Amino acid sequence: MPPRLNIIVPVKRVIDYAIKPRVNSAKNIVETNGVKFSLNPFCEIAVEEAIRLRESKKDLVESITLVSAGSAKAQDALRSGLAMGADKATLIECPGIDDAKSLSLEPLAVAKLLKAYIDKEGANLVILGKQAIDDDSNQTGQMLAGLLNWPQATNASNVAVDDDGIVSVTREVDGGSETLSAPLPIVITTDLRLNVPRYTKLQDIMKAKKKKTDKLTPSDLGVDIAPRLEVVSLSDPPKRLGGSKVDSVDSLISKLKDVGAI
Amino acid sequence: MQRLLLRSGGARLTASRLAAATYRVTRRSTHSGSILQFSDEVEAFRDVVSRFNNDLVAPNISSMDAEEKIPSTLVDALFETGLMAVETPEEYGGAGASFTAAVAVVEELAKCDASVSVLNDVHNTLVSTCVRKWGSEYIKDTYLPQLATSKLGAFALSEPGAGSDAFALKTRARKLADGDFVLNGGKMWITNGGEAEIFVVFANAEPEKGHRGITAFVVEKPWGIKVVKKEHKLGIRASSTAVLALDDVHVPAENVLGEYGKGYRIAIECLNEGRIGIAAQMTGIAQGAFDRAVSYVYQDRKQFGKFVGEFQGMQFQIAQIATEIEAARLLLYNAAAIKDAGGDFVKEAAMAKLYASQVAERAASKAIEWMGGVGFTREESVEKYYRDAKIGAIYEGTSNIQLQTIAKLIQKEYS
Repeated sequence: MPPRLNIIVPVKRVIDYAIKPRVNSAKNIVETNGVKFSLNPFCEIAVEEAIRLRESKKDLVESITLVSAGSAKAQDALRSGLAMGADKATLIECPGIDDAKSLSLEPLAVAKLLKAYIDKEGANLVILGKQAIDDDSNQTGQMLAGLLNWPQATNASNVAVDDDGIVSVTREVDGGSETLSAPLPIVITTDLRLNVPRYTKLQDIMKAKKKKTDKLTPSDLGVDIAPRLEVVSLSDPPKRLGGSKVDSVDSLISKLKDVGAI
Repeated sequence: MQRLLLRSGGARLTASRLAAATYRVTRRSTHSGSILQFSDEVEAFRDVVSRFNNDLVAPNISSMDAEEKIPSTLVDALFETGLMAVETPEEYGGAGASFTAAVAVVEELAKCDASVSVLNDVHNTLVSTCVRKWGSEYIKDTYLPQLATSKLGAFALSEPGAGSDAFALKTRARKLADGDFVLNGGKMWITNGGEAEIFVVFANAEPEKGHRGITAFVVEKPWGIKVVKKEHKLGIRASSTAVLALDDVHVPAENVLGEYGKGYRIAIECLNEGRIGIAAQMTGIAQGAFDRAVSYVYQDRKQFGKFVGEFQGMQFQIAQIATEIEAARLLLYNAAAIKDAGGDFVKEAAMAKLYASQVAERAASKAIEWMGGVGFTREESVEKYYRDAKIGAIYEGTSNIQLQTIAKLIQKEYS
């Protein structure tokens, strides 16, 4: 019996990838005033993968639901995903979270929110980005799998589902690539080379306005999202200093010794 | 941490890395409260265009200019993304969005390439709009879906002897006994003329009545429209600007667009709207040139130990041009907003086109100077903005015609 996939794709709204982030003058957050925000690139890849699964085989995918936790503006990310082809969306509006305070919503809190949401909604496949490009945590997917007690396949570069509901995921690892397989339900996180998201058609952007978006709060889900980490300081990376060229291995070693590196 | 995630498989830009910053809409989003704040779908459309520019247009700018041609694959891609059907209603396959959305698309495209922008502008704001507003149910059902998905349109009004004096056109429409028409004549300066398959053609069915015989027709290319010549131009070289010949072109009666003998009204109204489209193209050119050059002077070029943009002389010029571009943009979107609200926008449209074309020329000229010798070389593409800007003062109503339009309306107000 071929499986029917109920896919949930958590997405995040982040500072657009092409923008150079700057630390604000108070040196405590990244400048967000007047800065362009977009759907996190890895999340976009996750949405695209869900849609490709739907297109790969008739009736394989029952539904594709997006969910995003954050300020009310996270609605933008949901709309982008709906325009790409997702069916419906839920916004988990978190009080006290806005553009400037987005780091206060930590991966563990998000994972707990998602677990409560998935328990409520039901799903057998969660595809999400491997990390958000603002905090680069690379934790939410793994934590979520742990909380759900589901198998996880992270950094996916290829996903396939067979007729028996066994999911094969090829992952990019340091030494090359490895393929994992596990039965549904499963959490998959996407890596850059999984797919290239399609262009959103203008017609689909307009149609997305009619798609359903629900709203929930952390208290609806019974989750405490209080942060456990405190940002002590924030600074731009140090300016790159000039280096020097050496002409032999011996001089390289002696230079490294001089600067105390070895 | 390196932010530039190049999409795998995406085209690499042939211009310098600055092009990535230039063509992608990334700088400040408009401050909330500004009248230039747009609805979510307009911003979403801009994002689509900006990615389109980055991946598909930017790598081809120089070759399109050199070969004087836009590749058909690029035109196909414009159709596929829905960019050729911005205002066309959903039931005909379009996006059903506002006029403001359509001109935002034109502006955004022009930041990257003015020829692609005008192809899109003429197709959307002249041809599709004409068909949508004045077409019978038959014409809309037949042609809007084609214009939305696959067939390029052109607006054939001008002739060798009929430019500003458009109603002096000599193309004849002879009415046959069965109600069909036969068109004979020639058209000139027709944008998209070389590749279009659907033409809105203006011909005079009763020359003895002067302009009151002018009738608009929707004509399919296979019925006999011949492309006699494509002009070699100073700017927007990739845009095909064609001389057309109509020799005994047989047009069925049901292809009369709007009312018989009322074609002159259609032409006037279409062109009033089209002006705003050109204002958008010119504003995009100005912004594109500005972005290119100002990124360069603050990130690339150092002389006398500092970035050349840090010299006060440069800064004053940059501030002046930035102010003018902002003013042009405000005129543009004011005209568009009035149109979307159903108001009378003739004066505002003329002002927008007049001013934007002037600003585009000034901004592009300065951009070359700011980039110095590098700005003068073809490879860097900024000189192309200067060549492309020039047409703004000429087509879809010369600047003198705009001034005359504005003056006459003011005279009415003050008499």
